Formats: sequence, C-alpha cells, structure tokens
Amino acid sequence: MGNQMKVGIGTAISRVDGREKVTGAARYAAEYVVPDMLYGVIVSSAIAKGSITAIDEDAARSVPGIVEILSHKNRPGEAWFDRSYKDELNIPGTPFKALHDSTILFSGQPVAVVLGKTFEAARYAASLVAITYQEEAHNIDFAVSLAEKFLPKKKRNTYHPPKTRGEPDKAFDAAALQLHEEYHLATEHHNPMEMHASTVEWHGDGRITVYDKTQGSQGVQAYIASGFGFSKKDVRVVNAYVGGGFGSGLRPQYQTQLAVLAAKKTKRSVRVVMTRQQMFTHAHRPECTYSIKLGAETTGMFTSIYGDATTSTSRFENNMEDIVTWGMMNYASPNAGGEYTVAPRDTYTSADMRAPGAATGMTLFEIAVDEMAYKAKVDPLEFRTINYSEIDAMNELPFTSKALREAYREGAKAFGWSRRTPEPRSMTDGRELVGWGVATGMWDAQFSKTSASAKLSANGHLEVACATSDIGTGTYTVMTQVAADTLGLSITQITAKLGDSDLPTAPVEGGSWGAASSGAAVQLACQAVGKKLFKAAKGLEGDPFGAANFDDVEFVDGHMKLKGSDVAGVPLTTIMRSSGENSIEAEETASSGISGMISMMKKARNTHSAVFVEVKVDEDLNVVRVTRVVNAVAAGRIINPKTARSQILGGVVMGIGMALHEETFADVKLGRWMNHDYAEYHVPANADIYDIEVLFVDEPDPEVTPLGVKGLGEIGIVGTAAAVANAIYHATGKRVRSLPITIDKLLELEK
Amino acid sequence: MPTLTASRPLPAEASRPIDTIPITLTVNGSVRRLQVEPWTTLLDLLRDKLDLTGTKKGCDHGQCGACTVLIDGRRINSCLTLAVVRDGCAITTIEGMATGADLHPLQAAFIEHDAFQCGYCTPGQICSAQGLINEGRATSRDDVRELMSGNLCRCGAYTNITDAVMDVLQAEPAR
Repeated sequence: MGNQMKVGIGTAISRVDGREKVTGAARYAAEYVVPDMLYGVIVSSAIAKGSITAIDEDAARSVPGIVEILSHKNRPGEAWFDRSYKDELNIPGTPFKALHDSTILFSGQPVAVVLGKTFEAARYAASLVAITYQEEAHNIDFAVSLAEKFLPKKKRNTYHPPKTRGEPDKAFDAAALQLHEEYHLATEHHNPMEMHASTVEWHGDGRITVYDKTQGSQGVQAYIASGFGFSKKDVRVVNAYVGGGFGSGLRPQYQTQLAVLAAKKTKRSVRVVMTRQQMFTHAHRPECTYSIKLGAETTGMFTSIYGDATTSTSRFENNMEDIVTWGMMNYASPNAGGEYTVAPRDTYTSADMRAPGAATGMTLFEIAVDEMAYKAKVDPLEFRTINYSEIDAMNELPFTSKALREAYREGAKAFGWSRRTPEPRSMTDGRELVGWGVATGMWDAQFSKTSASAKLSANGHLEVACATSDIGTGTYTVMTQVAADTLGLSITQITAKLGDSDLPTAPVEGGSWGAASSGAAVQLACQAVGKKLFKAAKGLEGDPFGAANFDDVEFVDGHMKLKGSDVAGVPLTTIMRSSGENSIEAEETASSGISGMISMMKKARNTHSAVFVEVKVDEDLNVVRVTRVVNAVAAGRIINPKTARSQILGGVVMGIGMALHEETFADVKLGRWMNHDYAEYHVPANADIYDIEVLFVDEPDPEVTPLGVKGLGEIGIVGTAAAVANAIYHATGKRVRSLPITIDKLLELEK
Repeated sequence: MPTLTASRPLPAEASRPIDTIPITLTVNGSVRRLQVEPWTTLLDLLRDKLDLTGTKKGCDHGQCGACTVLIDGRRINSCLTLAVVRDGCAITTIEGMATGADLHPLQAAFIEHDAFQCGYCTPGQICSAQGLINEGRATSRDDVRELMSGNLCRCGAYTNITDAVMDVLQAEPAR
C-alpha cells in the first residue's frame, strides 16, 4: 500500500455518514422542506373494537388554519382487493386499511387525520374531533386469547414447521432427568427513536415523492402504487436516513397510508407524523408462552427436547414466528419435536422485531437449558458443549460454518468463566449477590437478491448506489468499503447512495442480510467497472498492460497495476482520460445463482454466539445490575469491526431491556396498552449499561454468501436475556421464567 | 356494550384566532426577530419555522432527550418549553456546535467512538454532553452514565457515548 490509509474490507473505519449525523445535516422523513405543505395529525380510536357511528367535526373545522379533516366518510377512493395492500412481508390475512370503513379493529386505530397549515392548529383541532362509537366486546389479554389458539392453514412464507425426530414423548418419560416448565415473554414495542413519519410531496402532475420512515423504499413504492391508484413510475420513495427500525419499518405503517390519502384528497403536499403514543398502536413483538419439556441422562446428555409455543397475533392477520425450532436445531438430542400456534387478540398485528422468533424462542429455551444443567449438576457452559451439535440437528444439514465452540472458548476466557463457583448465591460483592450466566445465540445468515450500480467519473470519483436502507446498520459505510476494496480507492473518492426507490433494486432491510447482499452487489458492479477500465486501458499509449488478462491486474491506491509488480501502475484518471468517456458505469445483480440455491438446500447457514453475563443483585431491594457482558460472535467475515461491534452492542442492550425492562402492559378492560410512552415503557438508559465486550471469532466461510459475510444486525440480542436470567439465578437462587425479570417477580419468589 | 360519545366543544371557542407574539432569540449566534404563536414549543419553532431539523422530536413529552438544546449554556428539552418564554435567550443547537468545517470535539469524538448508529438521538446526546461539561459535575464514567441518562438511545450505543464524552471531558476541564 502507498501512504493512503487502508480502508477496505476488514478495516475499522468510522461511519462515512458520521459527519451528517453529528452536525444535524442528516434529514429524516419528517424533515424535508416541501413548499405549501399541510401538517396532518392523527386522531386515534378510543375503543378497541366496534364501529364509528358519528363524527362531529364542527369544532375542529372551525379552528383557524384547518384545511380538511379526512375520515372513512370522505377519503379518496382506494384499491378494493386485499391483495393490492400486500407488502413484501406478505403476512397471511387481511392487511389493515386506514380510514377504509367505520370498523374499529384495535385501540388507537387511526380514525381521522386533521390537516392544518400549522402543526399546532392541526394538533389542537385533532383534540376537538368528537367521535361516537358503538363498542363491542374485545380481548387483548394474551392469557384469555390462548383459548382461541390455532395453527393457521395458510402459513407465513418465513415460517418453518418443527420437524419431529425420534420419539420425544417416550424419551422424555424414560429420561433420568426431566424438566417441564412454562416460559413467557411479554409484549414489546420496537420504539425506534424516530417516530414513524411520512412527508408526501405532491408535484401536481400525477407524481409524488414520499419521504418515508421505512426499512424498504421500493416496498413502499410498490405498496402505494397498488393500493392507492398510482403508477409505480410516478411514486418515488426516499429514506436516505432512518432513525432506527428494528423491524417496525419492514411493513409500510399506517402513517404512510394516511399521508398519501390526505395528499390525494387535498392535492397538496402533506406530512403525517405519529406521536410516541401512536408508536404503540402498530408493530410490536408478539407475547409468547412456551412450554418446554427436556429429558436428559444423568451425565447431562439430552435424550429429548419438546417445545410447545404460542405467540400473539391480531384478529385480521396471522403473524407467525419460528419459536420452538431453535433448540431443536442447536442441540444434538436424538429425540425432538414441537408444536406452534398463534392466539388472536384485538390489537394491531404483531410484527418482526430484532431477531423475530429467535430472540424469543432461543432465549427462552436457553433458560431451560440452564435449568437442566443444574439438574445434571454440570457447569452450564460444559453442559452446552456436551450437547453440542456439529450439524443443524433438526434439518440434519451440515453448516457452511459453525465456530460456536470457539465462541464458547474465547468468550469464557475473556469473561473469566473458570473462576465461577457453581452454587447459586456463592459469589458476593459487598451487599450485592453476584451471578454469572451463559447462553447461546443463533440466527440465520441470509442472502437476498440485490442490485447495485457503480459509476466512475473522469475525475476519479466513484459513486455506488443501491436502493437498500441504512437504519443505523452502517450500510453506507459497508458499501463504501467494499467499493474501496474492489477498485483500490480511498473513502473520500467514493460516494455511496442508498435509500431511494429510484436506485437499483434491493429488498427491505431486515433479516441481517443487508451487508452480505448489498455488499456483494456493490462488489459485482465495481468489478464490472474494473473490467471496462481494463478494456479502456488497452488504448493507453505504450500499451502498459500488453498481453495481460483482467485477472492479471489489480486496483491499488487509485491505480490499475499488474499483480505482484513493484511499479505503481496507471492512475485510473489517466485511463479515464484516454478513454474519452465522461464516466464508466455498470449495474450488476447479486443473486445466489444455481450453485448457491443447491448449497442452500444442502447446508444450513447460521450465525452463532456465546453470551456471558455478570449481574449484581441487591439482596434487600432485589435491584439487578448487569455489570459485565462478553458476547463472542461467530458471524463469518467482518467488513468493518467498528460498526460490526456497534451492531452487537445494540443487540446486547436491547437484550438487557428484554431481560429487565421491556414490557407493554395490557389494560384488558379498555383494550389498550397502558404504558404507551418512554416514561412508562422502559428501555435501557445509559445508567443501566455497564461494560460490554464484543469478540468476533475467526470463521472463514466462502460458501455462506459471496463475500463470506453472515450479517450482524440481530445475533446480538439472541440469548442475551437468557444469560441475564441465568446469571440472576446464579446470584440469587431464584429462577424467573417470565421476561422481563422485574423486582416484583423476584420478591414474589421470597414468599 | 354501551355507546361511547366524546364531549363536543363549542365551535365558537375553537375558532378564536391565535395572535402572534414578537420575540428575539439568538440562535447559533444569529439574532432572530420572530413572530411566534404562544402555543409553539421551542422544538417546533426550530424544526418547522427555522428549518433547524438537527434538533429531533422523539417523544414531545420530555422523556427521551432527543430534542436537547443549550439555552444560555444549559441543556434543556426543547419540547418542554414554549418558544415565547425564551424571549431574549441564546440558543445553541447541533447546527451551531461546529466552527465552520471544524467539528466540535464532541462531534469528532462521537464519530471516532461510533457513538451512534441511526443518528436520531445523536444531536441531543451531543448537546446534552456539552451541557454536562458546562455543569462541571461529572468526573467519572459512572457520573457520565448517570448524568447522560436523560438521553435515550434505542440503538444501544451507550458504552460508546460514554467513551466519547469521557474523551472530551478529560481533555477539556469544566468552564
């Protein structure tokens, strides 16, 4: 390398969008300046189920500056068929259509939008819209809804039914050690810091530009086109900056529908922003109950695994998750099986939230594993290695790679696990009980067909572009690094563009496939530009590359040079000049291809992690502090250790929230969420978070995805809450099987 | 089940026009003479009227800290103060932290330590950290963690935020 800083794959560079974010220059969905725009404020249903019988708008309409009030009575026409409202996730059922008719399906459902010249006028007027409802009996109590649980006939396409092996019931009955317990996870809300917002710019010629809080601009574009009577080419969706998602922006949320309907009605630009309270009226992680039966030999070897789980959904759609499969895949028990159902309640449909299914199913299972380790009197880490499976034990497939053993080893070493004394309540620090717990994490390493373009200008500047999203994941930086690596450029010579439906095709940002997929697409596009450059270099004076083939050259420090040569080569700008072109561009699509698809059927692809947690528990007050976390992650190749570490830190923090804080309480009488704000729905604050160490274990895997990248957005949360729960048990001897572990639950066990 | 009817306010009461009040604010060093409706929060004034959208709205209830700005050097949730009551005050927002192209040390430290992911809480975190430094109360990591806890970060960048703030705190004694 020359004197330029190394910036390619594997380098811990700072985020390329950092300056925009720390100076306030980054604009989010509600921050685009659009002339003559109306502010829309949403009126939410006061009841959970029934219908609207009357809307009195007189007072609201008399507020100066109010232009229109939109409700089911006067909304513009929209598509008739349910299929027109299907989004990329394609959840089976009837998609929610805002302002469609007088029916109320859930508390907080948007029933009107007040449009004013100022936000303040619209907000005031919204408080004056007087709605009369006919109420019907409702239920949002998960425990009550279990009476109606069922397995939907039409499955969600991401759902994997548990595959039974052996005879789990018989093996359980015969097992020397038995565990049969119920585990539970509370309803959680995503609560990204940025509230869902849409700014619709009405161009007046049939075109609209929608600045939307979404994890997928092209998904929203297609959705608006099919549902709201636009031609796809007339709808542009921009999400250049997204203030967090965690899954809440995978589906178009109702503010998008409302803003588009309002713009159509008024033929003006409209902005609709949810309140924090309204952020509790859509996506949420389903509540879950999970009955786990484990059988083991006295040595701790599993003989049987059986899980029966139910998660919550709405009355109008069947959201499904993989809950019971994770334990069956991860552990080498000869007998395993499971059942899964959903239970409908009168809320909005539950949704994918960071590691959907695994964050619930793997985490709860890992608490049961800890319990069985104690029954077998085996160290919990040792117990996991005794039952280690080299293959995906449920699907009986080898992994493309699985460095979980190394993660256990390196994590344990960094944590100091060997100094742990096994008995509960055996470690103390002053007046606090100390507990050390461990858990395993597992998530999918997915890849999704993605396109990208690359354009090298005559001045040597490269622009790479892809319609993917950066929801804090570091996608701008990853795209830039892959491009720098492929064409030997510095960061300042590259601009990465994303978050715009006009750009080359990309799926919604989710499932941890973003870096692997958009990275691969950018690499292909840059390689194609490289090939064109090589062709152009044939015309250089003196023919410096002579008879060389493309494979004989490399791109280093802004030059094209012969591999292994000491000569710097030819600057790309010189090649550009001699080509006479203003720019050289290429667009390429990364897909798994036939070999990839065959590999997918023959091999399992997953990330793994080993999470070690120290808690300190005040014996008198039962206050729990998570004082130390080591998360050792096996996730293939790491493109940027700095942003990768942040992804894991974020997952761990949300996992601590799952363990100790996060719970949306149902007011079963009113049929609404009680704690619908940041004061009452607790997410971890800075003071809740102590030391977190992230390790990436070496796991070369050229087969899993084109770049060998597995993705990191979700693995950090999986298992973390179990490690906390297990540490609390070790500290206190109290086994809490319902997350979050709040003080009241610990106090209850003292009785 | 019963019919639920909301109370109906009188249109005559609702239709009263809102008078504006003249105020003068010094925003990031520039004197701004403004006509402001009394029901406009400082946050909405900054974002909607002055196009200073770096200050974020995360809850509008003083619960998340995303809207933190500095008023006469003190950190404050701008969603919880009406603009008119700040007549005569000097306000610093995230847009006023850098000096030309030179980033403020906190801004540079946040980038260096990757103290954000989505970036939405970041302007509030940085303004809050400057307020914390001005207060001169924090000396240790534990102090910073505690005294920065009014600024939520859902991406979970807390350890990096604390690292970034500690860097600047140690380099720059209280003023």
